[in-house]
Amino acid sequence: MSDISAANPLYRARKRRNVFMLAVSAAALAFGLFWLVWILATLLYEGGNALLRISLYFQMTPPPGADGGLANAIAGSLIMVGAGTLIGTPVGILAGTYLAEYGRAGWLASATRFLNDILLSAPSIVIGLFVYSVYVAQVGHFSGWAGSMALGLLVVPVVVRTTDDMLKLVPDSLREAAAALGCPQWTVIVRVTYRAARAGILTGILLAVARISGETAPLLFTSLNNQFWSLDMNQPMANLPVVIFQFAMSPYEDWHRLAWGGAALITLAVLALNIVARVLFRKTV
Amino acid sequence: MSAVPGSSADYGIAMTAQRNGATPPRAEVGGRWKDAAFAWLTRAFALLVFSILAAILISLILGSTLSLQKYGVSFMWRDDWDPVKEEFGALVPIYGTLMTSFIAMLVGVPVSFGIALFLTELSPAWLKRPLGTAIELLAAIPSIIYGMWGLFVFVPVFQSYIQPLLIGTLGKVPGVGHLFAGPPFGIGMLTAGLILSIMVIPFITAVMRDVFELVPPLLKESAYALGGTTWEVVWRVVLPYTKIGVIGGIMLGLGRALGETMAVTFVIGNAHRLSASLMQPGNSIASALANEFTEAVGDLYFSSLIELGLILFVITSIVLALSKLLLMGLARQEGTRT
Repeated sequence: MSDISAANPLYRARKRRNVFMLAVSAAALAFGLFWLVWILATLLYEGGNALLRISLYFQMTPPPGADGGLANAIAGSLIMVGAGTLIGTPVGILAGTYLAEYGRAGWLASATRFLNDILLSAPSIVIGLFVYSVYVAQVGHFSGWAGSMALGLLVVPVVVRTTDDMLKLVPDSLREAAAALGCPQWTVIVRVTYRAARAGILTGILLAVARISGETAPLLFTSLNNQFWSLDMNQPMANLPVVIFQFAMSPYEDWHRLAWGGAALITLAVLALNIVARVLFRKTV
Repeated sequence: MSAVPGSSADYGIAMTAQRNGATPPRAEVGGRWKDAAFAWLTRAFALLVFSILAAILISLILGSTLSLQKYGVSFMWRDDWDPVKEEFGALVPIYGTLMTSFIAMLVGVPVSFGIALFLTELSPAWLKRPLGTAIELLAAIPSIIYGMWGLFVFVPVFQSYIQPLLIGTLGKVPGVGHLFAGPPFGIGMLTAGLILSIMVIPFITAVMRDVFELVPPLLKESAYALGGTTWEVVWRVVLPYTKIGVIGGIMLGLGRALGETMAVTFVIGNAHRLSASLMQPGNSIASALANEFTEAVGDLYFSSLIELGLILFVITSIVLALSKLLLMGLARQEGTRT
């Protein structure tokens, strides 16, 4: 037996190594948090003033050198995110319902689940390319509808995944009880399991909205941008991410200020959505 | 798995029992028709989701026919990209995509492991949730914000403090020196890789935390009882037990890094040039697309850009599929052990 005392050099070396590695692990956490704090602080510092100016919300995107706001971009983003959510959510919920209620472990459900998970992490710029080839190139112009379609395609995998997961959490005894009362299966799903999983499904939708609110890459080839106020979904449509991209890459100081304002606005909105989704999920599930 | 209680077979029994009774009420007859319609509706949408990936693949192949015909496989290793002379090759953007993702993994994986270790083994219970949420919020920040912050805040700091330091130290080491050579531009592949590493941390950490939680407490307690230190338990018991899942998590992060567009576009420099040094501007597939696609003139140029998208899509899909298979393998193994 070796000597298990503080004086044993092997024992001390192991202990030192342990303390060192745990310190490194704490440092890794500090490293991660450091970037979060740095990025958020920068956004508030650079964009805070712009956020407080009322003109940001009521004036159009200006030409360089002029005063202006982001009203058209904010409106465009709201419309396209709204339309994208409306397109993607029903598809996602119905497909998710099939996976959890009908398909379960069948080949179609297993394969769809697998492909859906790939779609979930697929590069969003490729989604933009896809919508460009199947829609924009066919009709011949960029449009708000194309942007909404691209965003809708990004909503689908998130909602499929959460719907599937949340419905699977509903205990089968609930379904059996409803079926025993003579409910057809679709009534069981619509009236019983959907209700039981409501909070979880809603969380998924909120997370999907949060994700598409900041997406830039798929909009570059679909809705493009628009300097003017336009609510016509068949025309190119202004949106916050692309305006931020264009303004930030420009050499003009006042465009940079507006870009920071837009960046702060979008980040605060996305973080708020994330936090609401988490609180909602925790309260009810 | 077919014997899952509550599967459609069970409802079948319930419904037959009902059918054998006296005349069913009218509402129920209508209900049966609606039942079938609803089942087919959900199946149709599942098929739709099932076919999206294939549709994307086909549309990209059709879009890149022209460049596929002209260059064939050699597109992958041609290093010229000249819209004026209409000569295109994918080597530079492929190299940029792989290199920046490699740097991201080199930094991101150990950091994520450290964070997951801290959150599962060290953190006091009341701190777990806020710290975990904070790390997850890193994933919520839109990628364009990373890009903008990178360009305006990180690049100047990197250029004036860190790059000169790297050039002065690592740049003089034989063997790897050429990777850190040249004037400090601030932008470039190293910068892009580092920003990517911050972006993949939350994804890899989340998977690592999940799989570390799967380790049976009995196993860890046995190792502690034998006198292992926390580090030894994690390194020799937890990590070997979860290694498939950990690799799956790394692949998931890699898939994310390969396809990341906006953050990279801001800081990589967008130069179609192959340079030995990581400090020089380069290009990645996604940023080439973001910058050039809407301004591309000429069918071949267009088609070459779509082929770049195709290459990116195929690479990320393979990486993500591997990640998913590994994680599924872990889940199955878990199922047999408990």
